[in-house]
Amino acid sequence: MAEVTEHAVDRSRLQVSDEVAIQINDMNKWYGTFHVLRDINLTVNRGERIVICGPSGSGKSTLIRCINRLEEHQAGDIIVDGTELSSDLKNIDKIRSEVGMCFQHFNLFPHLSILDNCTLAPIWVRKVPKREAEETAMHYLEKVKIPEQADKFPGQLSGGQQQRVAIARSLCMKPRIMLFDEPTSALDPEMIKEVLDTMIELAEEGMTMLCVTHEMGFARQVANRVIFMDAGQIVEQNEPEEFFNNPKSDRTKLFLSQILGH
Amino acid sequence: MAREIAFVRSEMLGEKPPPASIVGVQGWIKDNLFSSVSNSILTVVALYLVFVILSGILPWIFLGIWNAESLAECREIFAERYGDGTEYACWAVVKARWHQIVFGYYSPDQYWRPILGFILIAVSIAPILFPKLPKKLFFVSFASLFLYPWLIWGGSFWTPITAALGAVIGFFAYRYVTERFGFLFGVLAGCAAALIWWSFISGFAASALQSAIPATIAQVSSLNLAGFVLSITIGIVAIVASLPIAIVLALGRQSDMWIVNKLCTGFIETIRGVPLITLLFVATVLLNYFLPRGVEFDVILRVNILVTLFTAAYIAEVIRGGLAALPKGQYEAADALGLTYWQAQRQIILPQALKISIPGIVSNFISVFKDTTLVSIVALNDPLGIANNIRANSDWNGIVWELYGFIALIFWVVCFSMSRYSMYLERKLQTGHR
Ligand SMILES: Nc1ncnc2c1ncn2[C@@H]1O[C@H](COP(=O)(O)OP(=O)(O)O)[C@@H](O)[C@H]1O
Ligand SMILES: [Mg+2]
Repeated sequence: MAEVTEHAVDRSRLQVSDEVAIQINDMNKWYGTFHVLRDINLTVNRGERIVICGPSGSGKSTLIRCINRLEEHQAGDIIVDGTELSSDLKNIDKIRSEVGMCFQHFNLFPHLSILDNCTLAPIWVRKVPKREAEETAMHYLEKVKIPEQADKFPGQLSGGQQQRVAIARSLCMKPRIMLFDEPTSALDPEMIKEVLDTMIELAEEGMTMLCVTHEMGFARQVANRVIFMDAGQIVEQNEPEEFFNNPKSDRTKLFLSQILGH
Repeated sequence: MAREIAFVRSEMLGEKPPPASIVGVQGWIKDNLFSSVSNSILTVVALYLVFVILSGILPWIFLGIWNAESLAECREIFAERYGDGTEYACWAVVKARWHQIVFGYYSPDQYWRPILGFILIAVSIAPILFPKLPKKLFFVSFASLFLYPWLIWGGSFWTPITAALGAVIGFFAYRYVTERFGFLFGVLAGCAAALIWWSFISGFAASALQSAIPATIAQVSSLNLAGFVLSITIGIVAIVASLPIAIVLALGRQSDMWIVNKLCTGFIETIRGVPLITLLFVATVLLNYFLPRGVEFDVILRVNILVTLFTAAYIAEVIRGGLAALPKGQYEAADALGLTYWQAQRQIILPQALKISIPGIVSNFISVFKDTTLVSIVALNDPLGIANNIRANSDWNGIVWELYGFIALIFWVVCFSMSRYSMYLERKLQTGHR
């Protein structure tokens, strides 16, 4: 009898409303014996844009990489788009094809042309016919404003262009959620804006976004919520105005003074 | 005096040609040969050495004799033409015996078979070497896999046909299963279907067809395979078969699955820890002990299997290096896009890892081709074995340089072409920047 109730309770924890894109409950992760993420609780609603910031090594990358299972968590639940992340490979593949991700170093496939970079996953994962995949790819390349580079190879493009291709490549999978891990921190200053503009446009279209970045201007402009992480935990979260103008935690104040101060 | 420090350029400078001393022949000679005193001395000494060596070798080669019946006759002609004691090359031995060195002990009326075989090989690798050629040529490559052994060993024409049918059946099984259950099961199903066909059905099918429509060429015993036919057969089989095995071994060695990982590592390290000669020896002598009495297992097949496994172990390590050299981000990007392990390997990882590994792979191909001369240890007549037999003949007793020079030249042409091709391929595949 008791077991049944417990089971029922357990299930109810995993039931999330359709409005919720990502639900993380009491999630913990260790690298070996190093406790890198501690009791993370986070609910991301559909269409929400969240900026995550925090000092280097605080676990920001690890957190968003857990969301598409590039890293495995050891305790707690992560529910993405109504599907629970477990070791079930089917669920992992389903979630990965629903969640797009952009990396700090773009990670384009250097042996494939820009167009092939964009069509590869739709063709192989979604089984889209080649012609259709190419049309979609051109559509998104136009959206990130580099359709004329379609036949070039990644090595021939500037960093900013490569990152925009990486965004287009993710969008070609028609994801419902986009994750960004410091998408502008490997870029020269004059290229940051073009990537941010692309991301702002994406945000305005209502994409659910989780973005690790230190671009505070971007955070103010598009984020619904800013999350500050330190030592593997969420230390403070708030609306951007409130977060920047009126930080509560000392750690947050210190961090903000370091990146905004000078 | 006040110095004017403000400066504004009113006109941008155009390009000017570089001075003559850094372009053209004159510039090159100065830069490369006489750039300093020590460099000039080295240049002069080196030129002198080259001159001495060439003045010894070139007359020997070009004053050599092509028409003679024996070494003794060569010597008579030299004495007559150039005085006693002078010796130049007696190329007559090459002229008289080159066909043995190349074709081994086929009877001359069967020479068309290895010749056709070589042409098939050339046409088969053409579409791999030059991707611009029509893809249809791959049908020739596929057919050669079965026609080449038939041409070399002979027998019923229906044997290669039914064998090829097995591969086709395997392919369709692979396609059918891959679409439903994924790449890994597809490969397994394909192999299983082909193996079943080959072991239980193709023999009957071949003999049935043979009795309906007889078509046979004379059989050639493996012991009569010799010379470059032998080297090329063993070399080509090793090259073609070792690459897929090596890829599987390299992936296995990187695998997270403990048992797969250990098996592949153990296999690679065992093979690499043993000299090829020992393996060849095992192939011919020891296997005979272990095989049940009466089981005939062709000596060339045995040698081929071991040479292939040997090459595969080395190439696996080269490919593993290529896999390790790929940035982790490539794996992550493939995962993040939802590609499965095998899709990621086939589309993203292997194309790049193999590209990095090309020089290492080709140098292994080159060494396996040269290592085919080691089969002389197990009583097969590689080109050097044939040279020894020719030298044992009383007509040509005493000949050394001409035969070995000729054999070396053929090896060199093949190996040098492979090496140049790998450089060409590397340049062509250079799309990334890193
Ligand atoms: N694969 C790994 N193995 C062990 N420790 C790791 C690994 N990846 C990251 N870490 C450690 O985990 C901590 C958090 O890393 P990360 O999430 O990359 O931080 P951030 O992105 O906030 O800079 C760091 O201390 C880092 O050294
Ligand atoms: Mg990081």
